[in-house]
Amino acid sequence: MSVHRPTSIAAALDALAAAPEALVLAGGTDVMVGVNEGHRRPTDVVTLTGVEELRRTRVERVDGHDVLVVGAGVTYTALAAPDVAGRVPALAIAARTVGSPQIRNAGTIGGNLGTASPAGDTLPVLHALDARVEIVGPTGSRVLPVREFVTGPKRTALAPGELIAAVHIPVLRGPQDYLKVGVRNAMVIAVASVALVVDLDRRELAVGLGAVGPVPLNAPDACRWLAHRLHWDDDAVRLTDPGDAARFGTLVAEASRPIDDHRGRAEYRRHAVGVLAARALRRATS
Amino acid sequence: MSEQVVNEQYVLQVNGEAREVHDAWVGESLLYVLRERLGLPAAKGGCEQGECGSCSVLVDGALVCACLVLAAAVTDTEIVTLEGLQPDERGALSIVQQAFVEEGAVQCGFCTPGLVMAVEDLLARDAAPEDLTVREAVSGNLCRCTGYGRVLAAIDRAVGATKEAAR
Repeated sequence: MSVHRPTSIAAALDALAAAPEALVLAGGTDVMVGVNEGHRRPTDVVTLTGVEELRRTRVERVDGHDVLVVGAGVTYTALAAPDVAGRVPALAIAARTVGSPQIRNAGTIGGNLGTASPAGDTLPVLHALDARVEIVGPTGSRVLPVREFVTGPKRTALAPGELIAAVHIPVLRGPQDYLKVGVRNAMVIAVASVALVVDLDRRELAVGLGAVGPVPLNAPDACRWLAHRLHWDDDAVRLTDPGDAARFGTLVAEASRPIDDHRGRAEYRRHAVGVLAARALRRATS
Repeated sequence: MSEQVVNEQYVLQVNGEAREVHDAWVGESLLYVLRERLGLPAAKGGCEQGECGSCSVLVDGALVCACLVLAAAVTDTEIVTLEGLQPDERGALSIVQQAFVEEGAVQCGFCTPGLVMAVEDLLARDAAPEDLTVREAVSGNLCRCTGYGRVLAAIDRAVGATKEAAR
């Protein structure tokens, strides 16, 4: 029975190789609930909070475009700060909707990915932006699109002995939003959520839908249909027909695959995700 | 790179003191260790899932729920609990505590230590917070008595008293 507290990624991988069944702990906001309730009874734990290199963000230039590289150990509080908010606004907005200040000070983007809850708040944003997940393991590193990384409810493509190192997020020019429905504004797990991102340079837009499917979903058909009907300027995008917002909402709702559970019914979720998509579009185009 | 492996015995830095923890199970939360092993009962166990904020403490200066912190994983951090806030040994109250008393912001008292920690953390970062900032700062602290009006009045008073003290 031991807790390993590595201070580097290499040491973390060594610790995990030595104890393959160890529980990997990031911010603890999901894992410790299970431990407190007795659902998890860890013998070995590898805690990542001492790994400084996981807590950094940087901007890389890839093929003439900026990419924000966010370390897996970056907290929601740090994601909501100006250096992220100025580059990936939807991620900062989503981070600010997570739990409470106490939760945002502890929980991390890597933990959100590793837990892979259908309601995870950063996931719709990362899906909309087609972000890449950088994974490190005993044999080196690999990069997976987030849409392939999350394979099911609370399931990921992470293999034993591997860790999430960072998330690579394209920096786009254009409005972004994240909207979420729950029983109150704070401390709420999404019943339905929508991330909307607009790319003014490519004249495209994308959505990520949370808590309305086994994994976060995109609605590519709805987005392609809409992109052709929008009026694109160099620095703004407008609706040509105000009725298109509601039509877009309907198409997004049709792309959702919600289920009934203790937080909401499928019918309600499908309706809510359409309302949120239409609202996000109106905000982005006004 | 150094790696620390902690077993059933470890040392936590709590309120400026090194405190030894013996015969602990590796899965114990910081909340459990503070209350049951170190005799520091200010942090309260309400929900043990991060919903209620009654166990709020500072770990390396960040306000967190002690119930969601694995105690054996924070051996090299500075932990501050409500007991560590007292400005002197005679048991004088902090500005925030005094404001809670004066506004009657304490009913059953269960949420009070967590709320005081949240407000101390807020005022350390922002001495003149706007109303929305105040509400967001205490949004993770539930009061079972629903006495939020007086809590907000106490925070107002604490903001004023902090400004006065800074003059």
